[in-house]
Amino acid sequence: MTVILSLKAKQSIDAWLLKYPIDQKQSCVIHALKVLQDENGGWLTEGAIEAVAAYLAMPKIAVYEVATFYSMFELQPIGKHKISVCTNIACLLNNGDKIVQHLKKRLNIEWGETTQDGCFTLKEVECLAACDGAPAMQIGQIYYENLTPERIDDILATLEPKEIKDGK
Amino acid sequence: MPFIEINGKKIEAEAGSMIIEVADCSNIQIPRFCYHKKLSIAASCRMCLVEVERAPKPLPACATPVTEGMKVWTRSPKALLAQKAVMEFLLINHPLDCPICDQGGECELQDLSMGYGQDASRYTEGKRVVKDKNIGSLIATDLTRCIQCTRCVRFGTEVAGIRELGATGRGECLEIGTFIEQSVSSELSGNMIDLCPVGALTSKPYRFTARGWELKQTPSIAPHDCVGSHIYVHTRRNQVMRVVPRENESINEAWVSDRDRFSYEALYHSDRLTQPKIKLKGEWQTVSWQIALEYIANRLSQIGSQHGANAIGALLSPNATLEEGYLLQKWMRGLGSHSIDHRLRQSDFRHQEGAPLFPGLGLPINELEQQSLVLLVGSDIRKEQPIIGLKLRKMALAGGKALVVNPVDVPFNFDIALKSIVCQGNLVLGLAKIAKALLNQSEIHFAKEAAWLASIEPEAVDIQMANLLRASGKKMIVMGALAASHPAFSQIKALTQLISELSGAKVGILTDGSNSAGAWLSGCIPHRLPGGKSVQGEAGFTIAEMFEKALKAYVLVNVEPHLDCIEGAKARRALEQAEFVVAINTFESPSLQKAVDVWLPLAPFSETSGTLVNTEGQWQSFVAVANPFEESRPGWKILRVLGNVCDIPDFDYETCEDVLAALRLEIGTPELTVIKPFCVDPIEYLANTDEIIRIAPIPLYASDGLVRRAPALQQTKDAGFRGLQINRTLATRLNLVGEAVRVQCEDCVMQLPLLIDEQMPDNTAMIFSGLEDTVSLGGPYSVLKLENI
Repeated sequence: MTVILSLKAKQSIDAWLLKYPIDQKQSCVIHALKVLQDENGGWLTEGAIEAVAAYLAMPKIAVYEVATFYSMFELQPIGKHKISVCTNIACLLNNGDKIVQHLKKRLNIEWGETTQDGCFTLKEVECLAACDGAPAMQIGQIYYENLTPERIDDILATLEPKEIKDGK
Repeated sequence: MPFIEINGKKIEAEAGSMIIEVADCSNIQIPRFCYHKKLSIAASCRMCLVEVERAPKPLPACATPVTEGMKVWTRSPKALLAQKAVMEFLLINHPLDCPICDQGGECELQDLSMGYGQDASRYTEGKRVVKDKNIGSLIATDLTRCIQCTRCVRFGTEVAGIRELGATGRGECLEIGTFIEQSVSSELSGNMIDLCPVGALTSKPYRFTARGWELKQTPSIAPHDCVGSHIYVHTRRNQVMRVVPRENESINEAWVSDRDRFSYEALYHSDRLTQPKIKLKGEWQTVSWQIALEYIANRLSQIGSQHGANAIGALLSPNATLEEGYLLQKWMRGLGSHSIDHRLRQSDFRHQEGAPLFPGLGLPINELEQQSLVLLVGSDIRKEQPIIGLKLRKMALAGGKALVVNPVDVPFNFDIALKSIVCQGNLVLGLAKIAKALLNQSEIHFAKEAAWLASIEPEAVDIQMANLLRASGKKMIVMGALAASHPAFSQIKALTQLISELSGAKVGILTDGSNSAGAWLSGCIPHRLPGGKSVQGEAGFTIAEMFEKALKAYVLVNVEPHLDCIEGAKARRALEQAEFVVAINTFESPSLQKAVDVWLPLAPFSETSGTLVNTEGQWQSFVAVANPFEESRPGWKILRVLGNVCDIPDFDYETCEDVLAALRLEIGTPELTVIKPFCVDPIEYLANTDEIIRIAPIPLYASDGLVRRAPALQQTKDAGFRGLQINRTLATRLNLVGEAVRVQCEDCVMQLPLLIDEQMPDNTAMIFSGLEDTVSLGGPYSVLKLENI
């Protein structure tokens, strides 16, 4: 079922549409997908893709291509916090693999999986453009750089639900 | 024009062309996968890397424009090294499954890996696997074999005009697929099978049935639409295995419609007649040809002497060959009857005397794309003439304007500049409004026409259409099947003629079947002999009169009247009351058993030679690709012997070519006064009442007996929705709530599934015709009553 665009989503997309020539509405596809993903708790439904296709007069498959191409779009439900970890060369040279190992062990999940409490999703991504601060990861909109296992523990502790932190 | 040098050979090249195009013209082979001359340039496979003087790296020949004095080497050590390296990359993920791959033996990847691949792979890591997708009954997918050339994606976007396949994911995870599980529905989808350079997309009906090297290839002509696409038929041991396009730049280019490609599947259908059969005292008996033909001659002469030759009528399929048509009319006229007709889906025959020699487009097919405006009248062009649809799309992409007057708002795969969707199938009113708008702007005084159109008020869209019509250069009005089957067809013709006079546009019509033009030329019409000469004395009956008057005997040539004729129910009733019905058909129709008295097995297009005349008037002859199946015989032979046993003089033709030569001689140089059908009678309009009028197009895959029996085509959406389509407004007005409705047309009542479809204009209902389920419901443009069950 096609999602019905909210007024807020429409306003946001329309604002962006003004920046492009009127016969090139597809220029706005990434922004439109991002708006709908944010409204839907971090992932895109088939209906959302259909809605964007209809709104921007694009073939559905063309929108789907974009949604599958970019790693910032999710097509399955994800946890509350999406942890995107860079595994490109600069991070790897700075012990990025240890960071990955630590995250996997601590959260007890593999790439692409979500913790049982639905709090964290772990995602392997390409270069985050934060090589000066390697190893780096991104949680939600925030970048965390110069990571060590200890620093990760601290960061996650602030994000974990309260019950777990209290050991209940 | 720049001169370039390829492998030391000096070649004059067209400015702006790519190296690969120049090389192709000069027969210099450059390996390639993603490049195709009919598609845009992707330059993604890199197989066509060549060495160019002063370029530091090898360049892709498909995306490097030629420049004056450029020196290119396609087989230098540098070029070969690059090509071999690309080949090795392409083979990294390609499975080594050629023995079980349907493409084996005719695979571009296989061929090129023979030339450029290594004999052993250095790659030891795991290969990627891609899940196959079900994209419908025509195309099988083995996507692990895909090399991501994206030819199929580009074909959909650029040529077919519906973007159904796409490349999802990226990098190593890039795969070809559809959005979610969706089948591919383009009427030209089969061309993706030919385009795929590997075995990722193969033909579902053909796969695993034969190998390329076992097949014999014979050129032929597609037998379903008035385009006459050039095809190759592939046979093995006297059996048709598949059909593929034969390139012809002026007609079908490199493509062929799915209907022409997959209809061969029906050739060996279980309905296929294998021997002559006659019905004696209600019992079917298989008999020899001799007995059957003599029986027919006796019965027909008996009926002729008892009731007069006028009691015999003949119906010919518009797909029948020129030779079959010529002999049928010669035989019937020899018996004394002029009642021969092939206009199965026409109901208005007024002013047929003034018609041109044959109906057609009036210009070469490939000139359509050069028009600056085309006004389509009553046509779902994609589902009627897929290749013409493609030409109109090319016209629209080149900036031409497409205008539409249609009784249903059918989707097009190109931009429609303006459309006028008429309610209640009233094309006459739709055209009258445009004519009136033009008349209002005209400096010349058309007094009589102005009087007829006095009460017509053009709307904004009609005035805009009139303005565009006047302003455009090359322009054309094209009538389609929904216009030709209209009960006021003669008035539609008159109005298009008036619009043409007022705007300077040419007028053309796209006819049913593959040889309507040929049927007119060969005299398969009641009022004209071959070559357009008028019948001396009284003309014969038109098809409508033949059913109206309930004749004593009917001869059918490749016609299943209940499905092929516009008034299927009326046709079947007329046949059932007749004393004698001969059906010279390829297939035995179960629902005609009661009506038919003799079945003669007719060889289909693949088993006979013959000639088809396409819409531009081109005579295209073809030969048999296989021997006749069992006891079936080519139509021209059957009709020739029928002429002999009936003692018709001058009926001794040895070959199909003899028949054609005789026809050519008889046609000579036709002299014909074409009466422009405008200035006919006052225009009548349907009153704008609340009556619900039925629109009854033929589904794409119900157009003839062969197509109706092709299993893969029948599994697609274009086999036709077996129900009723109306818009929400009408459903609400009639308070129709259920999933099915009770439909009444005259005295026939039936229950049909209901589909709410906003394509439908007000007070208009669409029920497809040409389908067994709805035969008894009458013809198009009839009045329906709809109720809840």
